[in-house]
Amino acid sequence: MTAATTADSPPFVDFKDVWLAYNDELYAQNVFAVEDINLQVKQGEFIAIVGPSGCGKSTFMKLTTGLKMPSMGKITIDGQPVTGPLKISGMAFQAPSLLPWRTTLDNVLLPLEIVEPYRSQFKDRRKEYVERAGCLLASVGLGGMEKKFPWELSGGMQQRASICRALIHEPKMLLLDEPFGALDAFTREELWCTLRDLWEAQRFNVILVTHDLRESVFLADTVYCMSKSPGRFLVQREIPIPRTRDLEVTYTKAFSDIVLELRGHIGAMRTPVNQ
Amino acid sequence: MNKKQMERWSPLLLLVAILVIWEVITSGFGVSEFIFPSPSRIWEQTLEHKTTILGHAWRTYWVTMVGFGIAIVVGVMLGFLIGSSRLAYAAVYPLMTAFNALPKAAFVPILVVWFGIGVGPAVLTAFLISFFPIMVNIATGLATLEPELEDVLRVLGAKRWDVLTKVGLPRSMPYFFGSLKVAITLAFVGTTVSEMTASNEGIGYLLISAGSSMQMGLAFSGLLVVGVMAMAMYELFSYIEKHTTGWAHRGSQH
Repeated sequence: MTAATTADSPPFVDFKDVWLAYNDELYAQNVFAVEDINLQVKQGEFIAIVGPSGCGKSTFMKLTTGLKMPSMGKITIDGQPVTGPLKISGMAFQAPSLLPWRTTLDNVLLPLEIVEPYRSQFKDRRKEYVERAGCLLASVGLGGMEKKFPWELSGGMQQRASICRALIHEPKMLLLDEPFGALDAFTREELWCTLRDLWEAQRFNVILVTHDLRESVFLADTVYCMSKSPGRFLVQREIPIPRTRDLEVTYTKAFSDIVLELRGHIGAMRTPVNQ
Repeated sequence: MNKKQMERWSPLLLLVAILVIWEVITSGFGVSEFIFPSPSRIWEQTLEHKTTILGHAWRTYWVTMVGFGIAIVVGVMLGFLIGSSRLAYAAVYPLMTAFNALPKAAFVPILVVWFGIGVGPAVLTAFLISFFPIMVNIATGLATLEPELEDVLRVLGAKRWDVLTKVGLPRSMPYFFGSLKVAITLAFVGTTVSEMTASNEGIGYLLISAGSSMQMGLAFSGLLVVGVMAMAMYELFSYIEKHTTGWAHRGSQH
C-alpha cells in the first residue's frame, strides 16, 4: 500500500509495520490479530476503516488509543511515539456508555475531570467548562438536556451526548468505534450530518471504524478496507466527492459506484476465508 | 381505597390482623400468660416497665450502632481491597467465606475473656456478624464493572484510582445500600445475642432476666423493641438509598 502523505507535512498518524498478537502464547505461535499495518494519516484527515466483523477493526482502535501496545512495529501520533493512552484523543463506542448516576452535563464534563491541564483547574473554571459543554450539547441538538439523566434520553440522544463527551477536551483526534451501529437508519443519517458539521467546524482528525459502507463513503476522505484473519489493510480508496456533502449525495451514481467498488473488495476478501 | 394506598398500608393491616388473631386465640383458649401472653398483656407490661425497657433499649441501640459503624468502615475497606485487586480477591475471599460460616454467638465467650463483661463483646459481635455482607457487596460492585465504562476513562489516560473513584465506587453504591439494610438487622442480632450471656445491660440481658423470673410479657416486649429498632433503621437506609441512588432503581419504582 502506498503512503497517502504529501511531502510537505509529516503524517499525523503513522503506523509502520505494526503487528499485534494478543498475548505471548499467540505471539509464539505466530497468530496475529492484525498484521503488517502501514498507515499514514494527514493532519485533519477523516479516515474510515471498513471490513467484515471480527477483522481486527477494534484491535486497530486499541492500538491507536494506546490501550494496546504493538508486538512489532512502531506507531507515532502527532510526532510522539505511542507508549500509553493518549490525552489528545477522544473516543466514542457503539454503546453510548454514559454513567447513569451523572446528568448529561456531568457526563460530558467527565474528561475534563481526568485530562490535564483541565483537571487541576476544574474547580476554579467549572463555570466556563459548563458553558462550553452547554454549547457543544446545543451544537448537536441537545440544548436544554443538560440536567437530564442519560436513561431519560433516547438512544440517538445518548449517542450524541457520548460524542460530545469525546470532544469536550478538544482532542486532536476523534476515534469512533461503530458509533452509529446500534441506531435506526434515520437517526444514523441525522448523526452523520451532526458529525460532518462538527468536523468541518473544528477539523480534528477522525478515525471511524464501521461496517456500513455508505457511512464510510459519505463521511471519510479516505476509506481503508480490512481483511479478516489475518487482519490486514488491503485497499485504500480516496473519496473524491467534494465537501460539504449533503445526504442527497448518497443517492448519486458516483456515490453508489464507490460503495459498490468497496463492496466488491470486501466480497473478494470474504471468499478465501470460507474455503 | 385504591391499589397504591392499599400497598402502602398493607404491612400495618397485616400486623393488626396478626395481633387480633393472637389476642383471640390466647384469650379464647385461656392460654396462661406465663406460657404465651396475649398482645394486650404484653402492651400492659411494656407500659408498666417503660423506663427500664427504654434504658436497656438505648444501650442496645448505641452498642449496635458502634458495632455497625465499625462494620461499615472495615467492610468498605476490605470490599474495596478485594474488589479492586484480583490477587486480594483470590487470597481473601475463601478465608472470609469460611469465617462467615462460623456462628458468631460462639465468639462471645472468647470475647468475654479478652474484653470482660459489658460493651466490648457486644460491639464486637455486632461488628463481626454485620461486616461480611457489606464487604461482599462492595467487592461485587467493583468487580463487576463493565469494561466499556472503564475504557471510557482509560483512553483519557485515567489512573486506576480515577477509575475506582469516578466509576467503580458510584456504581457500587446501590450494592452498598442494599447491604446496609441486611447488615443493620444482623447487627441487632449480634448485640442481643452477646448481651444475653455477657452483659448486665441491654435488651439481651433484659430478655434473660425476664425469662428467668417468668415475666413473659416483659420478655416479649424486649423482642418487640428490638424488632421496632431494626425496622426503623432499615427504613432509614431504604430512604437514604432511594434518594441517593435513584438511578439504579428507575425500573422497579412504580
